[in-house]
Amino acid sequence: MTALLTFENVAKSFTLHLRGGVVLPVVGDVSFTVAPGECVVLGGPSGAGKSSLLKMAYGNYRCDAGAIRVRDGEAVVDVVRADPRVVLALRARVIAYVSQFLRVIPRVPALDVVEAAGREGGLSEEAARARAKDLLARLNLPERLWDLPPATFSGGEQQRVNIARGLIADRPLLLLDEPTASLDAQNRAVVAELVREKLQAGAGVLGIFHDSEMRDAVATRVVDVTRFAPQARAA
Amino acid sequence: MSPPLLSAHGLTKAYGSRLACAGIDLDVTEGEVLAIVGESGSGKSTLLSLLAGELAPDSGQIRYRMRDGQVRSLADLGPAELRRLMRTDWGFVRQDARQGLRMAVSAGGNVGERLMGLGERHYGRIRGQALDWLGRVEIDAGRVDDPPSQFSGGMRQRLQIARNLVTAPRLVLMDEPTSGLDVSVQARLLDLIRRLSAELGLAVVIVTHDLAVARLLSHRIAVMRAGRVIETGLTDRVLDDPEHAYTQLLVASVLAA
Repeated sequence: MTALLTFENVAKSFTLHLRGGVVLPVVGDVSFTVAPGECVVLGGPSGAGKSSLLKMAYGNYRCDAGAIRVRDGEAVVDVVRADPRVVLALRARVIAYVSQFLRVIPRVPALDVVEAAGREGGLSEEAARARAKDLLARLNLPERLWDLPPATFSGGEQQRVNIARGLIADRPLLLLDEPTASLDAQNRAVVAELVREKLQAGAGVLGIFHDSEMRDAVATRVVDVTRFAPQARAA
Repeated sequence: MSPPLLSAHGLTKAYGSRLACAGIDLDVTEGEVLAIVGESGSGKSTLLSLLAGELAPDSGQIRYRMRDGQVRSLADLGPAELRRLMRTDWGFVRQDARQGLRMAVSAGGNVGERLMGLGERHYGRIRGQALDWLGRVEIDAGRVDDPPSQFSGGMRQRLQIARNLVTAPRLVLMDEPTSGLDVSVQARLLDLIRRLSAELGLAVVIVTHDLAVARLLSHRIAVMRAGRVIETGLTDRVLDDPEHAYTQLLVASVLAA
């Protein structure tokens, strides 16, 4: 079976033009795959490039070399070289990305934020509404908050809105960047359950979880990012 | 895949010896928002005037896919054809509402005028559609007979949007539509623009100096400097991982709230 996500000899560095063009290497020679039903967790200390790898897979960061192939039904798309419109289509149908941070239009209520994500992901209005309510209830977001814009919510509440938004549609590839960082144990368990349901449905997950309990609950494999540390180039 | 709705190739315009636009290539299609960002004097407003047909380029051309599916060069359209296109299939939301509205004419009249330009003469239907559109841009029906000179800045911009969208255009050009407004008013307008452009599947080219506006509204972005597009691509990629030194400077210069 073809992998959902394949990193092939990917390298990434940042060139800081405002700092005299200094080059910060991030990762080099990254190769691994994520298969359907698999939850690959990126391990390694902070600063090793874990978040950058997720952002590259989402098309949010450029790559210097290599290919990142994402399966879209029968087709395979290289995110590194794909036209912006193709990347956007992939995000609509295939790739969900959940970060720690909620970034939304200021005055839109929480329930609408989640529902809109469902419709953007191909659900009907009714299905999106029903799933949005179901997810927010499962994530223990008090119902009195549903009609309020999330801007005034606590960190944990915002994060749960963000998770609901990321998981509402049936996208086959999930990129999870510490989605449970400010959640309590009970809600972390809910997220673990939601992720396992996605895996059982055949989705693939590439994730970062600092919390070891969460990692143990969902990981099928750990990829140590320190092995992709860029080698100092020979002069 | 159908060709883009609007495409520009090698668009160049000089004022004397100064190049305002130098060899600009871009395209936009239905359901897509393209942001043109850059500082004052970068040429972004000249570019929008070229795209709108208000200014003739020194060289280069603009092609547009007409409603019958034929791709035509704007330079080949007669003045009457071009006018008709502007009045019906295109919208232009201007930074200064006074340039985009008739300030002494009622709100309903401002919206109805574009319909009359299409040949609609039935007063009841015109008023009905005007009221419908005022509602969609969240202007109270009780204000339909008031002129925009009595409106706040945010209301004027929403009225401009209604006036432009009433003819069901496919392409809407916007020139700094939210600048000069209070932030709370800005948020409401941004939400409205985003919702309507997605619902109606509009192709939008929006010129803005505000990177937050570009991030919120646009799918793709083109960064202009000294008349050239120096970086272009997926909006979040260009803003989060800018490649060009000037784009890095622009992104780094934004105050985080």
